[in-house]
Amino acid sequence: MERSRFAFKIIFFVVLLLSVNTTAKAIDTDIDVKEIVFEHLEDSYHWHITEWNGKDIAIPLPVIVWSEKNGWNVFLSTPLYKEGSYEGFYIAPEGEFRGKLVEKNAAGEEVRPLDLSITKNVFSMLITSTLLIFIVIGAARWYKRHPMQVPDKFVGMMEMGVMAVHDSVIKENIGPDYKRYVPYLTTAFFFILINNLFGLLPIFPGGANLTGNIAVTFTLAICTFLATNIFGTKKYWKDIFWPDTPIFLKVPIPVMPFVEFFGIFTKPFALMIRLFANMMAGHTIILGLTCLIFITASMGVAVNAGMTVVSVLFCIFMNCIEVLVAFLQAYIFTLLSAVYIGLAREK
Amino acid sequence: MSLLVPDTGLLFWMLLSFGTVFFILKKYGFPVIIKMVEERKAYIDRSIKAAQEANEKLDGIKAESEAILAKAREEQAAMLKEALSEKERIISEAREQALAEAGQLIDNAREEIQSEKKRAIREVRNEIINLSVDIAGKVIRQKIADDASQKAVIDRMLDETPFYKS
Repeated sequence: MERSRFAFKIIFFVVLLLSVNTTAKAIDTDIDVKEIVFEHLEDSYHWHITEWNGKDIAIPLPVIVWSEKNGWNVFLSTPLYKEGSYEGFYIAPEGEFRGKLVEKNAAGEEVRPLDLSITKNVFSMLITSTLLIFIVIGAARWYKRHPMQVPDKFVGMMEMGVMAVHDSVIKENIGPDYKRYVPYLTTAFFFILINNLFGLLPIFPGGANLTGNIAVTFTLAICTFLATNIFGTKKYWKDIFWPDTPIFLKVPIPVMPFVEFFGIFTKPFALMIRLFANMMAGHTIILGLTCLIFITASMGVAVNAGMTVVSVLFCIFMNCIEVLVAFLQAYIFTLLSAVYIGLAREK
Repeated sequence: MSLLVPDTGLLFWMLLSFGTVFFILKKYGFPVIIKMVEERKAYIDRSIKAAQEANEKLDGIKAESEAILAKAREEQAAMLKEALSEKERIISEAREQALAEAGQLIDNAREEIQSEKKRAIREVRNEIINLSVDIAGKVIRQKIADDASQKAVIDRMLDETPFYKS
């Protein structure tokens, strides 16, 4: 009872923060919704917080680049802001590398240097990773300090989450030798979850569209791919190259083996796209709804006021859904990873 | 389309930080929690089992102690009964013995009395004989003339002698 009230408070707080954020960009008369949405969905070299009296408030982030022409360069992104440049590096305003750091090569063409900058997404990831390590190790230390006791409050919540993933996702789907996969799958679950939830926070430490970024979901999918295939059993490989199908599907033209082999890659690919698309869509919808307020600003007070109410109500609704989706997507990613690993562990 | 192309920098940092998180949490995080929770679960299961066993044992002990008590009570009753009968036996024996001894004493006394009496009678007779002889001598010495007067003298003499009939 107490815990559910607490959870409700958190959700309410998140929603409240988001609806405050919506009023932050209300100055421009001509609103390019696509621009706003994409600016949020994509990575950036500084963390834009808000605009105050016509001035942008943004946290500059370190840029780390290497190019053949200039070698290693490490600098704060302040000079790059608003189409500035530093040592020939600038952010491409359009074209193939729109929004990315580029330089001009000898032929005058825009090229991408090796870019290991701490971007907004990277910075957010570093924060959430550190936080996750502290949370989990903190919980683990609680158990060390209180042997054979049942935790309550935060550690109790962590135990509930960890044991739910451990018992009903990992143990149930992988089978007898599930122990090896517990660290990866629990880490993946909580990593995705904390980044999903931080993505919902509208202001500084949150708001980065990290799990809605293909690079992140790609890495996670690769991990699942490796965990599935490295430890695949004989039966798993036999089912791929010599599946139990009528012989004519296998012998002259290996149709079924081809389909099965293709499946090795489509499974993690589906994982990657599912998480990416779900999180990105959530962010897009909330941003689009928020932009409704500014689009209707030029249509008169009555329309604008009406749409504002509608927009805030929808935003609240969508944020509630997104909290659910944050859990759901973390759960689904872990569950499907466990199922795939379980299939590869069949004997 | 740039949304669908993984960015090298982010990929690098993602690998690095996810890898770091994974290895740290693998070493110090989730397995520790899971191990502790499972140990606790085992401990609780063990404790419940132990408590159940102890309860059963306690019930057993209770029954046993009751059995012991009942047995002790029985033994006590038996002992009491035995003691009672022993007592009665001793009393009756003593009584019998006393009766027998008393009878013996009485018999002895009677016999003694009898023999005493016989002896007394014998002594009396001896006395009488002696007296008769004395008297006869005296009579003879006094030259008693006839038988009648002799008899009279003897009777008178006998009468004069104190003598108890037995």
